[in-house]
Amino acid sequence: MVKYTHSGHIQLKVAHERRPFVYDIVVIGSGPAGLSAAITARMRSKSVAVISNLRTGSGLYKAPKVDNYPGFPAISGAELLNKFSLHAAGTGAEIIQGRVTSILPMGEQFGVSYGSEIAAAKAVILATGVVQTSLFPGEEALLGSGVSYCATCDGMLYRGKKVCVVCLSPDAEEEAAFLESIGCEVVRLTTKNIVINGEHKVASVMADGVEIPCDGVFILRPSIAPATLVPGLLTAGGHIQVDPRMRTNIPGIFAAGDCTGAPYQVAKAVGEGLVAALSAVEYLAGAK
Amino acid sequence: MEETVLHLTKDNFSEKTASGIALVDFWAGWCMPCKMLAPVIDDLAREYAPRGVTVAKVDIDKEMELAGEYAVMSIPTVLIMKDGEEISRYVGVQPKEIYTAALDKMLAGNVGEAAEVVSPVKD
Repeated sequence: MVKYTHSGHIQLKVAHERRPFVYDIVVIGSGPAGLSAAITARMRSKSVAVISNLRTGSGLYKAPKVDNYPGFPAISGAELLNKFSLHAAGTGAEIIQGRVTSILPMGEQFGVSYGSEIAAAKAVILATGVVQTSLFPGEEALLGSGVSYCATCDGMLYRGKKVCVVCLSPDAEEEAAFLESIGCEVVRLTTKNIVINGEHKVASVMADGVEIPCDGVFILRPSIAPATLVPGLLTAGGHIQVDPRMRTNIPGIFAAGDCTGAPYQVAKAVGEGLVAALSAVEYLAGAK
Repeated sequence: MEETVLHLTKDNFSEKTASGIALVDFWAGWCMPCKMLAPVIDDLAREYAPRGVTVAKVDIDKEMELAGEYAVMSIPTVLIMKDGEEISRYVGVQPKEIYTAALDKMLAGNVGEAAEVVSPVKD
């Protein structure tokens, strides 16, 4: 759109100037790997959004001391993360808080749904952190039959019913309150000693050996397992399979940090984030 | 046969799915993954409706009864049916190829091979 100003100069208005409709790269996770990837991608002038849950749930955030990250002896995990985060934001990466529920290839792009929003990206970097490898007994068999990971998606189906919310992430209370607000009877659970019972649908939850009859269970971990987020993603033992350039089996999707496997160290995550970003930049150049 | 997605209600669900192959997407407006899946369902309608497949959606916000009847407890859930019988069920968003592979098998007459329940959890 062309607009003439008082002085007669032509001012060009670019559509979507506030926020690009399709990001070059969306990074899932705001730990060391994700933020490192974001910084490098921004240095290559790519538009970047980092979408993640509250970082207060992460192991690094809670670490009183990180002793082996070069240059910052004895820094606390929280302080190191803050530095990374400020650095990434300073480069112009958009930092968005939200629970990512699924990632879907849509032709040349990817759709990333989080909370009540969708972001579109040309490439995706998964940096979702340490993988929850063990599911609760009954979780897999009853997923979609009473077990859910998404309160905003499925909450209405449990209106007027009793649900257990397994609160293992910092945003879980928000989701539990949402379920109450739409008329669910909510039992909050914070234990990891959970067994889900039911034949074809959830009948009850055993929490620390106590049986709670209910119609549904919302399991809210800090992040959803990568293979659940991205249908078709290859994993081994819960870790995302990547090549040395951090490419997954799906073209356009890269991974970095703890989600690709041990060692679960900041320096390793930062390095992988860099490699993933460079590979994503290369992919974008080829995809054009 | 229409090339657009049919919107089914409890009044016409049985009639529209009673014979032949049908793919039904249970969705709701508040569900972001469902919105992401919508263009895929539109594509399927364009490609498969001309081949005789009924491609349809059920807005569970309006059709809670149908959701209950088909035991849909998580959305999006996509059902593939033959002559009114559920053959396969897909919980959560799946890439388009997953649905097309199942529909192709059904159209080739391999109903047994198409039967599957796919949920987003593995290993």
